[in-house]
Amino acid sequence: MKFAVVVFPGSNCDRDMYHAVKEGLNEEADLVWYLDADLSSYDAILLPGGFSYGDYLRSGSIASTSPIVQQIKKAAADKKPVLGVCNGFQILLESGLLPGAMLANRDLKFMCHQEELRVENNKTMFTSEYQKDGLIHLPIAHGEGNYYCDDATYQQLKDNEQIVFTYTNNPNGSTGDIAGIVNETGNVLGMMPHPERAVESLLGNADGLRLFQSILTYWRNNHAIHA
Amino acid sequence: MRKVKVYITLKEGVLDPQGKAVKNSLNTLDFGSVNEVRVGKYMEVMMEESENLEAQVEEMCDKLLANPVIEDYSYEIEEVIA
Repeated sequence: MKFAVVVFPGSNCDRDMYHAVKEGLNEEADLVWYLDADLSSYDAILLPGGFSYGDYLRSGSIASTSPIVQQIKKAAADKKPVLGVCNGFQILLESGLLPGAMLANRDLKFMCHQEELRVENNKTMFTSEYQKDGLIHLPIAHGEGNYYCDDATYQQLKDNEQIVFTYTNNPNGSTGDIAGIVNETGNVLGMMPHPERAVESLLGNADGLRLFQSILTYWRNNHAIHA
Repeated sequence: MRKVKVYITLKEGVLDPQGKAVKNSLNTLDFGSVNEVRVGKYMEVMMEESENLEAQVEEMCDKLLANPVIEDYSYEIEEVIA
């Protein structure tokens, strides 16, 4: 399976994402520069964390106007797995691939520590290797991770089981304790916590690896057989 | 040439922790009459004159300058005499 890690100016978790796929999952990955990338040959698209364009205007807003977003939208429409972590999540929100928006953390602090998450939905292509309602730990590192959506959107997210991860101890003020959501078709996941920073038990935590393993399992079940 | 003054504000009901911190500081400075502060953004966009200037400005705001999920915008257009 071949993963593309899209690198924007200001991305800084791209190497971790690459490492997670390459060494954690033992699958193929390329770091692709946002200007000259051709995403058509990849099986999954990963948008890493960081501070694309220095978070100017709003986090992720400038990156969301770059031409590669059209390719990301095409990959999403083709039902390929698209994962946005942290700034990647913000880019997915700003480009309209996921509903809602990010606000500054409730207490205005940049937060960088490990959080406990509940797996609300393990029937997605990103979470099949987790237990439903299972508790996992992943690092967070953000200043604008306070997920916001209006009541109608929140109800929709709940009804469609689009809420994938919630915080057990909401650190940033997110609506409904939301840490990660998928789109309606379930193939675009945005999350603030960093699974790519938790892929090796030698370094203390491998809870994030199962997310990548889930993507691989999905792909093997749905594509490799027919290839 | 036109100067477009764009004002971006958080929608009513959207929490503004920054505004709250500013409000608390003003209260600390003995401005006890301050009940609420909302922090927004102001931009000046210099543009060529055109017939559909207003439509262009609104499209720019919808597509990039404001995020309609959390923000409202308003604007004024001024003539700039070179």
